[in-house]
Amino acid sequence: MTDIADIVPIAPPTPARGLRVLRLTTAGYVGVGIIAFWVAAALLAPVLPMAAPNASDLGALANPLPSAAHWLGVDLSGRDILSRIVWGARTVLTVAPIAVAGATIAGAMLGLIAGYRRGTLDSVLSRISDVILSFPVIILYMIILTRFGASALNIVLVITVTKAPIIYRLVRAMTLELREREYVAAAQMRGESGLYIMLVEILPNARGPIIVDVCLRLGYTTIAIGVLGFLGIGLPPPTPDWGGMVRETYGMISLYPHMAIIPCVAISTLVIGFNLLAVGLRRKARHG
Amino acid sequence: MADQPLLSCEALSVDYGTGDLRQRAVEDLSFHIDRGEAFGLVGESGCGKSTVALAIMRYLGRNGWVSGGAIRFDGTDIASLSEGELRALRGARVAMVYQDPLSSLNPVMPIGRQLMEVPLLHRTRNREGARELALRALAEVELPDPEALMTRYPHQLSGGQQQRAVIAMALIAEPSLLILDEPTTGLDVTVEAAVLALVDRLRRRRGTSVLFISHNLGAIGRLCDRVGVLYAGRLVEQGPLHQVFGNPRHPYTRGLLNSVPSLGRDRRGRPLTPIGGTLSEASRLAVGCAFADRCPHVVDGLCTGQPIALEPVAGEASHIVRCVMSPRLPAFSWADEGGPAIAEQPAAEPVLEARGLGKRYELSGPSGGRTSLEALRGIDLVLERGRTLAIVGESGSGKSTFARIVLGLTDATEGELDFRGQNIARLAIGRRSRDLRQRLQMIFQNPDSTLNPSHTIGYALERTVGRLHRVGRADRRAAVGKLLQLVQLPANFAERMPDELSGGQRQRVAIARALAAAPEIVVADEPVSALDVSVQAAIANLLKELQVDQALSLVFISHDIALVRYMADHVALFYRGRLVEVGPADAVFAPPYHPYTQMLLASVPDPAAPSQRAAAPEAGAATAPETTRGCPFAARCAWRIDGLCAEVEPPILEPGEEHRIACHLTLQELPRHIGQAA
Repeated sequence: MTDIADIVPIAPPTPARGLRVLRLTTAGYVGVGIIAFWVAAALLAPVLPMAAPNASDLGALANPLPSAAHWLGVDLSGRDILSRIVWGARTVLTVAPIAVAGATIAGAMLGLIAGYRRGTLDSVLSRISDVILSFPVIILYMIILTRFGASALNIVLVITVTKAPIIYRLVRAMTLELREREYVAAAQMRGESGLYIMLVEILPNARGPIIVDVCLRLGYTTIAIGVLGFLGIGLPPPTPDWGGMVRETYGMISLYPHMAIIPCVAISTLVIGFNLLAVGLRRKARHG
Repeated sequence: MADQPLLSCEALSVDYGTGDLRQRAVEDLSFHIDRGEAFGLVGESGCGKSTVALAIMRYLGRNGWVSGGAIRFDGTDIASLSEGELRALRGARVAMVYQDPLSSLNPVMPIGRQLMEVPLLHRTRNREGARELALRALAEVELPDPEALMTRYPHQLSGGQQQRAVIAMALIAEPSLLILDEPTTGLDVTVEAAVLALVDRLRRRRGTSVLFISHNLGAIGRLCDRVGVLYAGRLVEQGPLHQVFGNPRHPYTRGLLNSVPSLGRDRRGRPLTPIGGTLSEASRLAVGCAFADRCPHVVDGLCTGQPIALEPVAGEASHIVRCVMSPRLPAFSWADEGGPAIAEQPAAEPVLEARGLGKRYELSGPSGGRTSLEALRGIDLVLERGRTLAIVGESGSGKSTFARIVLGLTDATEGELDFRGQNIARLAIGRRSRDLRQRLQMIFQNPDSTLNPSHTIGYALERTVGRLHRVGRADRRAAVGKLLQLVQLPANFAERMPDELSGGQRQRVAIARALAAAPEIVVADEPVSALDVSVQAAIANLLKELQVDQALSLVFISHDIALVRYMADHVALFYRGRLVEVGPADAVFAPPYHPYTQMLLASVPDPAAPSQRAAAPEAGAATAPETTRGCPFAARCAWRIDGLCAEVEPPILEPGEEHRIACHLTLQELPRHIGQAA
């Protein structure tokens, strides 16, 4: 009785197995394109033939509108807007990913532990995350950053603390579901440690929704950094910062609207890029 | 008008596809259903049987369309109907019952309102009339206390009651055709038997035609007058039930029939004959016979290359078959091929012994107080070395709880579980020694969740070998190869991911993973219940072979009593967390029976005897209030002694050696015939 069991002839395993999650919908590719544009701008900032971001061209102040010398015009201090936007991309694309990575690692680890161990630890962590989430974030930003000072590190920390509970909730909910899977029981039966089960058996199966959420968080963090800059508690001047650029020039919006609008457009496009990527990933995650 | 069939499909073809991708789901299918007739459509998953139902209802989504042929209902081409006419047809003249009753019921609406919607929508009744109709429909599907049921919500009903409510909803508009798409899959056997008997009575009373779609040959045999066998979207055989099941002329039909376990086959008998291979995409496109690549009778050039027509079977007028080899096939016999019979084994020493094992869940009640749910009570069981102990029970009988206690995935609250002189009843998996974990392994039920989708097959097996045996890397590799060979999978499967495997293959890997530990005891919790019959047979055979070869002690948990008959040396029947009967398989399957055993046996549809219709037992209300006193089966028992059974714990009768029955009846009063229904 050696029937060769139910063998389905199927295509050989795809080599790019780990990359499967990166196959996207059209919207996703548009998102990738937008993000790639800003990443390229940020990377190439030092070699692009532009004025230095903090160099003042006082002569241009007479006519700050876009011209051959300054393609996007200059701001109130005579600094080249194009250059500040490009260098500003550097700022946001450094701070946002680091902050989101911090939030993701902290949130995912705590979520795994709470969902897998449950009990008192879960209750305590969940209540703490509820408290953080119920706080108006802007107020929280203002309290912390005015108290401890506005530096890149403090911004990363404050964003980590406020975004981690969102990732925590997602990962905890997924862990609660995945821990009941039979392969987790099988791992327990061969005597795997809790850490192994959380990181090797559970986490990889939660990666789809986590990646999608990370993209959304990147978008929201871009906005948050812009808001912080606009409130004057972002990166200290003269660091080129999109939010700060709006803050410095919004008083002149009726006279020279381009000074404030151009950095706003920069923020919006980057946020849209991240959101489109998230949507593209989510569709794929759902339909396999 | 009267002499034309109610429904006819004429050379029906259905395609699915998006963009350039197209796939034929149903090809050139012709059949008809006369008035008052029950027609069965049978086949494995993916054969296109549900597509046929959807096409009849014109429910094919945006991705599906009828690409050829026509469906006529009462002489009218369904394709020609306008949206309005279609609405009038659906529900009023053709009604459909789906597999999962919960997906057909609105969870936020009481049953009564949902039933009344049908006549109100079709404007055949006012509110009062609709209510009356709804009440009558509920009474007609034999639900207890229709008045009270009207105000209940779907989640307050048991699975069987939900399916009855859905059938009531389908019947309320008095349709002339009732389409049942796997209506009993997922229901317990006794409930299944009761639902099938109900449909059969209803159609006889009302003259409703029935299209019954199922992979369950036994169920088809219970209900249908004629049957069509579908393979890869093509009809391979069709005819009156007794001709198709009694004299199957297509090798696929024969394969299906022979892969079904029946009560006539015990474990010493010949093995089940599974159909090798699976339905492949390539065979869908084949010009000749789609079954050729799995067929034991295939002849090159004859079976492939040219289209094969449906031909009448000699001597049987309305019996047609699509097989060129058909006239040359030998006469059909049950399990006409197979290995040697397994010899009777001598008694063996016990390896696992449960004494008074119980499990109580503490729950916080709705009002903040604490209540407890008794999942298991007073279980006394012995597993002998190298034997198979089968645990049979319906959902909620506590059989999975027992498995989880054995494996340490949950702890018992009462009693002892003795393994090698150690009480492991309260020893959680985390506190068990490596040695103990290695000796006790489990095969899980769900092929979709038994393997981690993020890891290769090789990794899953290698890790188990490594964790439990601490051997070098090269040895682990070699062990994986051997394990795959053991479960009859090619060695290159080690590189594959679980989603590249079929359900049966995944279950084979799960068996290999359990064996990787080289265990003493394997607990298999419904290992085949999620698989197609033909695959089910292959996995059951594999388990049985391995159990003998590796001298495993096997705890085989199942709700399928016919399969248990095929697998088990000893059988234990659980009912609501209590042991009602236990003993050697031969004794349990022979009279005298416990009333519950008798009911289970009577519920088994047997394709070998398709005409046994009347035997279906009357399953009483399965949702009687939770009782901790008396016999757990009292509420459904036909032999119940009022004032005694529901109040007093039943005594243990011992009709034979090792054979125990918990019942208030005396040995002489116990039921002795399977067909003796109340």
